[in-house]
Amino acid sequence: MEMDRTVVAEERPTIIDTVTGAIRENYLNANYGLKSWFLTVDHKRIAILYLISITLFFFLGGSFAVMIRLELITPQGDLVQAETYNKLFTMHGIVMVFFFLIPSIPAVLGNFLVPIMIGARDMAFPRLNLASWYIYVVGGLFTLGAMIAGGIDTGWTFYTPYSTSFSNTYVIATGLGIFVVGFSSILTGLNFIVTIHKMRAPGLTWFRLPLFIWSNYATSIIMVLGTPVIAVTILLVALERGLHIGIFDPALGGDPILFQHLFWFYSHPAVYIMILPAMGVISELVACFSRRRVFGYKFVAFASLGIAVIGFLVWGHHMFVSGQSSYAGMIFSFLSFIVAIPSAIKVFNWTATMYKGSISYDTPMLYVMGFIGLFTIGGLTGLFLACLGVDIHVHDTYFIVAHFHYIMVGGTIMAYLGGIHFWWPKITGRMYPEGWGKFSALLIFVGFNLTFFPQFLLGYLGMPRRYYAYPQEFQVLNVMSSAGASVLGVGYLLPLVYFLWSLRYGRIAGSNPWKATGLEWQTSSPPPTENFLATPVVTEEPYQYSPEETEAEYAMTKKENVNV
Amino acid sequence: MWDFPLFPEQASTVAGRVDSLYFFLVTITIVFSLLIAFAIAFFAIKYRRGNNVDRSNPLSESKTMEAVWIGVPLVIVMIIFFWGTNVYFTIVRAPKQAEDVYATGKQWMWKFQHIGGQREINELHVPVGKPIRVIMTSEDVIHSLYFPSFRVKQDVLPGRYTQLWFEPNKPGTYHIFCAEYCGLQHSGMIGRVVVMDPVSYQRWLSTGKGGGGSTTGDAGTGSGESMASAGEKIFQQQGCASCHMADDATRAPQLKGLFGTQVALKNGETITADEQYIRESILRSGAKIVEGYEPVMPVYQGRISEEDLMQLLVYVKSLAAPAKNQSGGTQSATVPGTATGEQARGTAQHADVPAANAKSGSK
Ligand SMILES: [Cu+2]
Ligand SMILES: [Cu+2]
Repeated sequence: MEMDRTVVAEERPTIIDTVTGAIRENYLNANYGLKSWFLTVDHKRIAILYLISITLFFFLGGSFAVMIRLELITPQGDLVQAETYNKLFTMHGIVMVFFFLIPSIPAVLGNFLVPIMIGARDMAFPRLNLASWYIYVVGGLFTLGAMIAGGIDTGWTFYTPYSTSFSNTYVIATGLGIFVVGFSSILTGLNFIVTIHKMRAPGLTWFRLPLFIWSNYATSIIMVLGTPVIAVTILLVALERGLHIGIFDPALGGDPILFQHLFWFYSHPAVYIMILPAMGVISELVACFSRRRVFGYKFVAFASLGIAVIGFLVWGHHMFVSGQSSYAGMIFSFLSFIVAIPSAIKVFNWTATMYKGSISYDTPMLYVMGFIGLFTIGGLTGLFLACLGVDIHVHDTYFIVAHFHYIMVGGTIMAYLGGIHFWWPKITGRMYPEGWGKFSALLIFVGFNLTFFPQFLLGYLGMPRRYYAYPQEFQVLNVMSSAGASVLGVGYLLPLVYFLWSLRYGRIAGSNPWKATGLEWQTSSPPPTENFLATPVVTEEPYQYSPEETEAEYAMTKKENVNV
Repeated sequence: MWDFPLFPEQASTVAGRVDSLYFFLVTITIVFSLLIAFAIAFFAIKYRRGNNVDRSNPLSESKTMEAVWIGVPLVIVMIIFFWGTNVYFTIVRAPKQAEDVYATGKQWMWKFQHIGGQREINELHVPVGKPIRVIMTSEDVIHSLYFPSFRVKQDVLPGRYTQLWFEPNKPGTYHIFCAEYCGLQHSGMIGRVVVMDPVSYQRWLSTGKGGGGSTTGDAGTGSGESMASAGEKIFQQQGCASCHMADDATRAPQLKGLFGTQVALKNGETITADEQYIRESILRSGAKIVEGYEPVMPVYQGRISEEDLMQLLVYVKSLAAPAKNQSGGTQSATVPGTATGEQARGTAQHADVPAANAKSGSK
């Protein structure tokens, strides 16, 4: 068939496992032993290495959050010392931002999927890809070492001159860890850009690319252009702290505001490093479970690029009360409102994708619906912060804490988990238990809202962030938040358990359990080392789903089941 | 624990305006969240697999729809932008008649000094119905002075002045927080602002009693002596007077009437003589040399405390209108503001706080 992109196994004999029926020869069982993993240049194995390492960091960062929420149950400081508390929220932020959220979707799902989705055998630079993981590990160990040695208490934002001249903690060591891990990000971005440009299968034009590729491409641009700035900024902090060269500390002749400009020049776009790949995941999932082509494909694709470009021009919205010029504040406010538009475009297009679809409520789709809801609230509350008159009041309060958790946890982590569930059968060849999947998705949604919604109220009431002790009247809302966090914690632990369980006991998935389009579903699960046994040729646009066909098939299987 | 507010008190003239804007945003948020949530729920139910409904000819793109959902949000965010910016400029532009209070942040306390010389720590007494302008700096790291009930906040930076203003309109006691993380006891860097009726406030100024607590007097330069007169003493002690108060202005620029005027600099620039300029000229005299003078003044950086510097500043400001203001430095402590503040603050350039400061911050 002309339009059939199914790859026929022809070049290499495949071994069918007599017990399970799965194709035996795949990237997981192609060879064994530690060496085969630690020296692998297979993008899929590297993705697994990332998956394991970022999961460790996620639960480490999560355990810091548990301590924070426990401490905040009572207004006075009692569970830990103030010093410990300050280190806890600092390390929570550093671990979650630099070692979990930034690498999460690109390094795990991106690494695994980008080459397969474009019909390539591997990344453009497979060894560089492995090097990225090693750099990540070195950076991570550096930062972990600094934490074990005593930690750091500057907040993940490292504001000067506190970080350079006042803090007595391991600022330089932690900073170097982040400096190092930045290179992993840069190299991953570079690899993606080259891979997407040069390695697409025959016929796979730009507008036939899945939106996941578009969003990872946009993300890569930010990684490559933005990350060097944070690297330089960290070096400058180290120079001032170590050698007392006056850069940021006014006592040494420096300017503390300069640090904020440099820091946010990277760290605002970094938010898009975290959310753009998540948006890509949502586009894939919403199409598959609605059995519809993503509505407004080109608008969604260009919205990603729009966000990547405009995202570089809005950093000053973090500095409305810093003492920067009020006219600068005005311009940054304006641009921050503008950057909201591409996100709105995406939300509306995803929603419209469901119209006239054939919608099933599998776990990934539950994550999609959760994501759209939470991201909408996160995005809309971002307007409060872009709005000068309101930001003056809510800046540096729990309002902003709630807002960015809606984006990063409600957005990125929901999409990440949705994506992991969706591609788990591809990655491992096994299905996760669907009932548990739905249950934990629900638990996470409820727990998340319980944890973070009260923080909006706390913020508008005026409770500043990073407070170890707080006035009595804020207690009820804090207790609610901590209670929600315990639900959220259980929600996160469950997938860890059942994913591990499924590795051995999960149902065999088959090559395309979701009947999804996309090249990754046209090879076996798990895919062979070379991804495709013959190079696929693409002849059509992505997301060729038909809701009516799906309905017809569904009706048929239902009838068969009744007859049996 | 049973004191359980869900909304902060409104205790300043601007609080109501911020809250109206906030409620507009809350409404927008609720409307759009519900719209999306209902759409998702509706589609998810109506088009669930197995439900026999019309699915023929589904659209998968529409320029009209895209135009609508780009256009409508664009209009809404522009409304918010203009409204928010309008409120913002009210928040940052202090009225000319505002009364000055000086604040110094340090790890981990707030020190306030009224023009009349009264000092307070972690507590600030202000009269209801009068705009108050707080001019502030930090002795160490960045702090942020935050009055949630007034809806105002401003970072407090080492090495320069920033300012905020508010006009309390409801007597009571409200929180003061430090909003910018500043180290170990960040959450202990809190205090209270006591808003008093004008009569009690006057009594408090003269006696330090009545209404909410006592001043934390400082024997050195405080009690009973206005900031300007304390500043004048420093001016004499440090030997400033020998050059800056000489009958002819050959060695150093004259300071009488200086504050708020335009100063021509040697490098050809013209600069407004504002708080930041005076601060810089005292600490690092070489930074901005006035046209026609040589850089002969000693550097005072590290030789004068932030609080002394503020008193010196108030003294220099009090010299602003020599014809009228003879008693500027020695006015009774019970009538703050009247002697020193008014003329000094008169210039429009000063009213816009961050803009004025930004010049010195981004040099
Ligand atoms: Cu930002
Ligand atoms: Cu502070």
